Amino acid sequence: MISGHCTDVPRNANIATLRDGYLFPEISKLELEHTRKYPQEKLIRLGIGDTTEPIPGIITSAMAEHVHALSTVEGYRGYGAEQGNMELREAIAQTYYKDLGIKGSQIFISDGAQSDISRIQMLMGSEVTMAVQDPSFPAYIDTGVIIGQGGKFMGETGKYENIVYMSCRPENNFFPNLGDTPRTDVIFFCSPNNPTGSAASREQLEQLVEFARRNGSIIVYDSAYAAYITDGSPKSIFEIPGAREVAIEVSSFSKFAGFTGIRLGWTVVPAELLYSNGFPVAKDFNRVICTCFNGASSIAQAGGLACLSAEGYTALNAVIDFYKENAKIILDTFAWLGFKVYGGKNAPYIWVQFPGLRSWDVVAEILEKAHIITVPGSGFGPGGEEFIRISAFGRKECILEASRRLKALFRCNASA
Amino acid sequence: IAKRKAEHMLKYPDAQVISLGIGDTTEPIPQVITSAMAKRAHGLSTVDGYSGYGAEQGEKSLRAKIASTYYSNVEIGEDDIFVSDGAKSDIARLQVLFGCGVTMAVQDTSYPAYVDSSVIMGQTRLYQEGFGYGKIEYMKCTPENGFFPDLSSVSRTDVIFFCSPNNPTGAAATRDQLTRLVQFAKDNGSIIVYDSAYAMYISDDKPRSIFEIPGAKEVAIEVASFSKYAGFTGVRLGWTVVPKELQFSDGFPVAKDFNRIVCTCFNGASNIAQSGGLACLSPEGRQAMQEVVGFYKENAKIIVETFTSLGFHVYGGDNAPYVWVHFPGQKSWDVFSKILANTHVVTTPGSGFGPGGEGFVRVSAFGQRANVLEACRRFKEWYM
Repeated sequence: MISGHCTDVPRNANIATLRDGYLFPEISKLELEHTRKYPQEKLIRLGIGDTTEPIPGIITSAMAEHVHALSTVEGYRGYGAEQGNMELREAIAQTYYKDLGIKGSQIFISDGAQSDISRIQMLMGSEVTMAVQDPSFPAYIDTGVIIGQGGKFMGETGKYENIVYMSCRPENNFFPNLGDTPRTDVIFFCSPNNPTGSAASREQLEQLVEFARRNGSIIVYDSAYAAYITDGSPKSIFEIPGAREVAIEVSSFSKFAGFTGIRLGWTVVPAELLYSNGFPVAKDFNRVICTCFNGASSIAQAGGLACLSAEGYTALNAVIDFYKENAKIILDTFAWLGFKVYGGKNAPYIWVQFPGLRSWDVVAEILEKAHIITVPGSGFGPGGEEFIRISAFGRKECILEASRRLKALFRCNASA
Repeated sequence: IAKRKAEHMLKYPDAQVISLGIGDTTEPIPQVITSAMAKRAHGLSTVDGYSGYGAEQGEKSLRAKIASTYYSNVEIGEDDIFVSDGAKSDIARLQVLFGCGVTMAVQDTSYPAYVDSSVIMGQTRLYQEGFGYGKIEYMKCTPENGFFPDLSSVSRTDVIFFCSPNNPTGAAATRDQLTRLVQFAKDNGSIIVYDSAYAMYISDDKPRSIFEIPGAKEVAIEVASFSKYAGFTGVRLGWTVVPKELQFSDGFPVAKDFNRIVCTCFNGASNIAQSGGLACLSPEGRQAMQEVVGFYKENAKIIVETFTSLGFHVYGGDNAPYVWVHFPGQKSWDVFSKILANTHVVTTPGSGFGPGGEGFVRVSAFGQRANVLEACRRFKEWYM
């Protein structure tokens, strides 16, 4: 507590209920402490899912060209439409939603999925109920709590009382038992999943859409990792008939194009999606965008357009293949060591089980003994306890070195 | 306004419509700044130059440079600074921070995003035509009170939005006025959200930052933007200052919760834009920004002179890129329509900024010189 004048403005009680800091800055802190403790050791970062490979030249050249144009009379542009450049919106529609009935006008360009998830929460407001996969990307729960959808945090279960947690574990193939799931207004669903790496099948998504339709719910479908799918699983919720009436889709250039620092993504709100009183959700989302946002950077958008050119798209798929190879190396390493290991095939994340152990303890041990940073599964929800997430982003030599260290560390436990 | 403009252009396809409505910058970005951004973009294609996620609060070098450039003599440090993708986004994030339980006050008139984001968050009650939202405290800013509210008649609210130099009136608060505002906030235990987006337009010695006022660090947050200095309206970059000394009623530091919001609801401003920001704050960059700002100020001067010569009561234009023209007894949308129909110039009706804007029209000083001169010629022609 700082001495001196206190205002009389009450702290937002919702924010006060959040446990600790947001997961990923906590991992950063762990990294920092470790590098201070062991300045000589080479820390391998397989924690925060941060892309490492340079962006193909055709894309950065397009951004540089746009930037240079901003210094000219003819090329200068001021405010863009808050919804994004129509050219980019159309390109996204053509690339990802061709034949799925989604038009450019239904696509809203963002500065990334994390920003749009909180804008969707603002759109939904404090009165709605939400369901998440357990485990899942922490932003869904955290933004829900901040807006007021969470209710009290219950220490015994590690859950917020008003949020429905849909368990996704090996036993149910990482797809929730919808028959046991209570109705909520909003259902967050991420596929391919962060952190488990599991991609839902067509049948599973048909069940999900039917569940949402029956319950009058809205699915918020996070497809940020769709580019990593290798087995023909659906890449968009809109591949499922009827989804346009029940789903919003959020996606991102971050993991597809290495745009984690450049900041670009999009959200699809179909015209068919209506509130209980018939009002189009897209109209209100548009209002939120226009009031709380001023559009993604025009430079990032120029980059996005280049990403979706034939040459750009091909170049990016090569980078994704590189990360997929990394995932395979890590997956094979843990499988060889005899662990129960999941993911890694349709996503850049490997989900490893350590039955009976606390995930923060496992992370601490791997960090201390092998100087590799990973993420504790419990950071993604109580259903993540016993698991750790290993990210497949990294330079090849780091991935190979990590594999060597893990084998050395766990070889004696190979029977586990 | 865009709708009305589109209708007008359909009706008069040959008219050269000039837009002095939306405050959008028109001058190219100085090369010293774009070169830095292009360099950063190219660097992202190299092993050494590639960077992924940045710190959500912004790149350290930029935070430090903002602190040393603008806040060195008021002891605001780099860790009090949060880099954003622009003021509008940060205003919304501040509303998310405060939550639905707080009360707010705005200047009447003010930038619509303060009120609109408050409504979205659930802080207000129903809207009444001519009066505004039931639960918002509107602080009248009129020519009669020198565009500074009579604080003795303002009810206490948790949050007070204050923009100086003001959009739309162009009024810049004096040191004395801001001292009274800070005292008012201190006495009432309120938090001022001070929008300083137009600070560089100040011509005289009026304060550029709320933190020039002693004691402000315990009562104020400051939001700022590169939009109107560097033409970054499309590039998207700004910053918010949340001093360590600012506390909620239970003593909890506001900055800690704002940091949580920034880390959870945001993922940092674009790294390329941040490189641009750093170049803006180099000596050459600052000089270049001053020149661009000077250009728009010259536009403002031309507009002020035009309306003054026509006998209007004109405000603003000397410390901001906005000119606030009074049309007593008329409704601002009617004036807007008449100006558009007779001169093919788009302006902004004052009532869009609050009930107190009725009878006023905002003329923005952003535009190419030729367009501004032509618009003024048409005003003179019509009104003579």
